[in-house]
Amino acid sequence: MMQSISVQHIVKTYSEKKQTIKALNDISFEVSKGELFGIIGPDGAGKTSLFRILTTLLLADSGTATVEGLDVVKDLKAIRKISGYMPGRFSLYQDLSVIENLNFFATIFNTTVDENYDLIKDIYSQIEPFKHRRAGKLSGGMKQKLALSCALIHRPTVLFLDEPTTGVDAVSRKEFWEMLRRLKEQGITILVSTPYMDEASMCDRVALMQSGSIMTINTPQGIVQSFKNAIFGVRAKNMLHLLNDLKSNEMVSQAYPSGIYHHVIMKNGESKEELSAYLQTKNHQQLEIIDSTPTIEDCFMNLMQENNE
Amino acid sequence: MRTLKFLLQKEFRQIFRDKANVRMIFMMPVIQLLILPWAADYEIKNIKLSVADHDHSTYSRQLVSKITSSGYFQLTGYKDSYEKSLEQIEDDEADIILEIPASFEKTLIKENEAKLFVASNAINGVKGSLGSAYLRSILQDFNREVRLEWIQMPKFNPQTQIEVTSSNWFNPSMNYKFFMVPGMLVLLLTMVGTNLTAINIVKEKEIGTIEQINVTPVKKYHFIIGKLIPFWVLGLIAMTMGLIIAFVIYGILPLGSYLTIYGFAAVYLLAVLGLGLLISTFVSTQQQAMLISFFIMMIFVLLSGLYTSIDSMPVWAQWITRFNPVTYFIEVMRMVVLKGSTFADIKIHLLKITGFAVALNGLAILSYRKRS
Repeated sequence: MMQSISVQHIVKTYSEKKQTIKALNDISFEVSKGELFGIIGPDGAGKTSLFRILTTLLLADSGTATVEGLDVVKDLKAIRKISGYMPGRFSLYQDLSVIENLNFFATIFNTTVDENYDLIKDIYSQIEPFKHRRAGKLSGGMKQKLALSCALIHRPTVLFLDEPTTGVDAVSRKEFWEMLRRLKEQGITILVSTPYMDEASMCDRVALMQSGSIMTINTPQGIVQSFKNAIFGVRAKNMLHLLNDLKSNEMVSQAYPSGIYHHVIMKNGESKEELSAYLQTKNHQQLEIIDSTPTIEDCFMNLMQENNE
Repeated sequence: MRTLKFLLQKEFRQIFRDKANVRMIFMMPVIQLLILPWAADYEIKNIKLSVADHDHSTYSRQLVSKITSSGYFQLTGYKDSYEKSLEQIEDDEADIILEIPASFEKTLIKENEAKLFVASNAINGVKGSLGSAYLRSILQDFNREVRLEWIQMPKFNPQTQIEVTSSNWFNPSMNYKFFMVPGMLVLLLTMVGTNLTAINIVKEKEIGTIEQINVTPVKKYHFIIGKLIPFWVLGLIAMTMGLIIAFVIYGILPLGSYLTIYGFAAVYLLAVLGLGLLISTFVSTQQQAMLISFFIMMIFVLLSGLYTSIDSMPVWAQWITRFNPVTYFIEVMRMVVLKGSTFADIKIHLLKITGFAVALNGLAILSYRKRS
């Protein structure tokens, strides 16, 4: 099967004063047609640079990338016709109304809203009651829906969404991911980036990215399953004290707060009893240790630790 | 074509939707043209005069009243010593000092000759030099009167005298407004053209909408033409309003034809719009765009020959004025309005401005990139 997006050994550096910063350090991955592919990483991981290269806005220092078999450097005009891009920052005309923005983007792609209405109907119908409102006056979630509608209006075959859910409330985020799943059913390849680890499970496959490098690419289940170390949830009366004690222990690879528990990743499969015995010596009250199933976030923290070592 | 139509539609919508924009485009020229020509007048009036009179004679008093009745001077001090008058200059209460020595009257009558001393404050150079020139001509006049009074004029003048009368061609009454208003109109047009274009495009950069446009198949020249046309139209509208004000308020009707003015303005606007476009390609915020166009405007205004004559500038500055499009339009404007010049008279100017338009827009298009 042909790949929809193919990225091979992309390197991008920025020079700032005398320092050079590697925003993308030899990135390679492939996305198949109709896949919902997530790029997950904290701020500054290089996600936006990658998106800008793929949407032909930025030139890479070295490496090649193709979108639907078209080279991002040579065939930029063709790529601009078939891809939809929604940047992380809301960048539609704030002083134009919802319907004016949509019409405008439809016409510059040489199409009309009516022609592709079926594709955006699901999303657009939610903001249609406000279609004469200026885009700048919409709420965050509505802006997101409008931006997605505008990115879809020319029926792109590949959709690039750069941090679409950043700054959007939990309910709207959930809705947004549902919309993406429905778009995927239409056969559109979707490349989406997000700093939220919990959103990884919504993707078909994810790439975990950190400081310009991809740490792993797998399905969300695959990533969790590849997590081999023992992981526990620990709580006690004095949580801060507990965290310090956990971090200073030899057996513990990593410890960090996660909800009401501290998540503890053990180095070499040490048992719960061993950890418990250690913490008893530190006189922790109301000590509770539970088995925990690793989440994507746990995997990310662990991979990050391994990369740093 | 269809794309361009929609780009234009969008642009006009955005411009007219923002009330502040409309106000800026239309009110700014009106207010400036209503106020500035009254201030930009080279005739110096209200020169503050301090007299240090050591004589206190009839003649000295006659002289002072003659000076003050001329209308140019305002007597702000009548002191008995030069030091006291100088203090007034130091306190900015006087611009010019006239010192009348003791026994001025006596020596004048007895020896047919008397000396006066004039000192002017040169901080404001124009006021200082013009003030002492005015004063000198009044003194000469006074001198003649005194001679008439005391000396019997011979029947035939023993000395040959040349009397000069002058007439001001094209502006008989030397009305400064006839000459300043057309020039100011040019400045307004330049400001509208350069500033608004630069700021408009940089705003798209700042908000990020330019990225959204860049990922579309919109062609570079479509985008640029879509930006130029609206401001070209606005510039012509602003000029029309200016010409109406020039006629209604100042009674200025060009001797030449309006067609010549509009024809030249159409090309000129292309040049200044190109400049705005060029500015927008190498700055990234509206603030930077503002500052740069402000800086360029300053140079354009002061080296355009609007306020000061280009011929009296040093040679290197004259060279700069040759690269200033404002210079040419001000010249053309004055030629058409005051002299009634036609296209044939301004064809060299027109050619040069066309050169500017091509060069500036060409550079701008070359440096505008859809990707970084």
